[in-house]
Amino acid sequence: MAHHDHGKHGGKSYWLDRKGNVAKVFYALIAVDVLWLAADFFYKKKAEFEAWGGWADGGFGFYPVYGFVGAFLLVLAAKQMRRVLMRSEDYYERRGGSSST
Amino acid sequence: MADFLLSPPLLLMLGSVVLAAAPRNVLPRTALRALLLALPVYSLWRFWGLDFGDYAQFELFGQTLTLVRIDPLSRIFVVIFHLAALIGSVYSFYVKDNFQPLVGVFYAGSALGVVLAGDLWTLFLFWEVAAVSSALLVWVRRSGRAAGAGLRYLGMQMVSGVLLLAGIVLLRHETGAAPGWAEFRNLTGFLEDGGLGFSNLAATLIFLAFGLKAAFPLLHSWLIDAYPESTPAGAVFLSAFTTKFAIYALARAFPGQSELIWIGALMTAFPIFFAVIENDLRRVLAYSMTNQLGFMVVGIGIGTELAINGAVAHAFADILFKGLLFMAMGAVLYRVGHVNGSDLGGLYKSMPITTGFCIIGAASISAFPLFSAFATKSLIMSAAVYKEYFWLWLVLLFASAGVFHHAGIKIPFFAFFHHDSGIRCKEAPRSMLVAMVLAAAASMGIGLLPLAEMWFGLANPFYELLPYQVHYEAYTTTHVITQSQLLFFSALAFATLMRTGLYPPELRSVNLDADWFYRRVGYRVWDGVATAFVALHRTGYAVAGRLATAALASAQRHLGPQGLLGRSWLTASMALWVAVLLAAYLLVFYWRLP
Repeated sequence: MAHHDHGKHGGKSYWLDRKGNVAKVFYALIAVDVLWLAADFFYKKKAEFEAWGGWADGGFGFYPVYGFVGAFLLVLAAKQMRRVLMRSEDYYERRGGSSST
Repeated sequence: MADFLLSPPLLLMLGSVVLAAAPRNVLPRTALRALLLALPVYSLWRFWGLDFGDYAQFELFGQTLTLVRIDPLSRIFVVIFHLAALIGSVYSFYVKDNFQPLVGVFYAGSALGVVLAGDLWTLFLFWEVAAVSSALLVWVRRSGRAAGAGLRYLGMQMVSGVLLLAGIVLLRHETGAAPGWAEFRNLTGFLEDGGLGFSNLAATLIFLAFGLKAAFPLLHSWLIDAYPESTPAGAVFLSAFTTKFAIYALARAFPGQSELIWIGALMTAFPIFFAVIENDLRRVLAYSMTNQLGFMVVGIGIGTELAINGAVAHAFADILFKGLLFMAMGAVLYRVGHVNGSDLGGLYKSMPITTGFCIIGAASISAFPLFSAFATKSLIMSAAVYKEYFWLWLVLLFASAGVFHHAGIKIPFFAFFHHDSGIRCKEAPRSMLVAMVLAAAASMGIGLLPLAEMWFGLANPFYELLPYQVHYEAYTTTHVITQSQLLFFSALAFATLMRTGLYPPELRSVNLDADWFYRRVGYRVWDGVATAFVALHRTGYAVAGRLATAALASAQRHLGPQGLLGRSWLTASMALWVAVLLAAYLLVFYWRLP
């Protein structure tokens, strides 16, 4: 396994090199997120905007949902942009590209 | 005279020129470096002793120009530009050659000239000097790509300069006076309806000139194109000055321009999509820079005291954390030779200290509590809330989640973690580490000062430096919780996408951006025009050639040695022809005689 070959550095093996530990980081992140979500139970926030029935900004779980969905859709949209925008690395260097190089 | 020579712009510019000109045997490298670092330190110390007001005024062509005008808006930029010059110089000592720090300090001096200029002519002068000196920092990479990118960069900077000059000349023509900043807004009178309206051509031209350097959408690609082609140190210097003095100029001349709100909102949103799929990690930083500039532009557009404070504070913080991120990526570039996300990974094993600094920079730009943007960007967000710009606020919130996604997670993750690329290199050189310590400490300081103010009642010198005295509490329960929720759930989205394999892999590629229009379409058009001209020239040449050949051949035929008119004749045949002629005369006379 490639990971095993590279897992040693100066005879040292690193905690993150073990696949199970990466999963642990992921689960820890989920745990932290649950805690942050739970925080919405424990304090009252005044909504600054009336739009969306006051849910935006003031409602339960607005920021978590917005952060998650926003970032998720951002990546999926960007992925689709590649179909149109992506070119090979030497696109501008090839003949007919930039003359000044 | 001392007023002039020791003013921050001239002190840094002339100082670096003198140091550059000093022969090596008189001034050894270490001494030169010590003096070079002393320049911004002394300049800032001297500046700090001055009160608000005009200094170093001079008469030119019957106009009074002001080299140094200190007021609360220019002061904070002067402070951060000095710090940036200092940090950038320290960073660049990883190469033996002192060219980069010398040019960098000179460039910093020209940027100081822009923010201190008391009138538009002086501003224009330094605007152009900054353009040329910064182009040197792109070319210093000495690669073919850098040569091309530097040329395109300089071209775009010159466009900005020409727009500015045209605007100033028009303004001068309309008003008949050298426009100073205070007069500028009264003269053009475009603020009355709260919008530029683009009715005043002079103001519009100046607006575009500033906007080009502030990387407005579609005018932004010089930044994406050129900065990542520079050297590690060059990019650190470049990231600090040009875009930020453009922000200063917008804040000075166009506060409260409603157009800026939507221009800025667009700037915060669109680059993050590009940043997600960009492979060159320093180019990711360039996109993230456009995104951060967007927040500042929005702040200027909102125009309230809180919003302007936010824009300026965020510019200050951005110079530090964006510099820090460019320094960390520069260290990787220096040690590994490239910063392609597709080929990096696992570098935390080789460069643990750089990794740590990169994470501090990432946390700062992402506005995590305790880090700088949490105490600066939030001013802009709050200003948007107070003015009840709901959709704007949603866009900014999305952009905040997005900036964490690409700059906060992507940069450190793909460079230092992810899968182990097998690359083993040395930790960053000491000069780089020292510079990163300075930038990281300053970034955290900005983030921690409001907390110290809240808990211990300490004064917050950073907020006091802002142009307006506004009381703002960054660390409210609501702000800490909502911001953390936004960021941690954005992180969860990243982790989920990575684990499910939905995240687009880093690929060796370029993505088309606005520069495609002049690098490809513009080039094609130019190429077409040039080809047409060449064809026309060739056809004309061929036709002319053929005509000339024909004429030559005909001359040869008639006048040549064998030609009718050129060949030699026998004397006998001449005598015969003369006899024939005489006979003809005889006949004519015979018939003509009466």
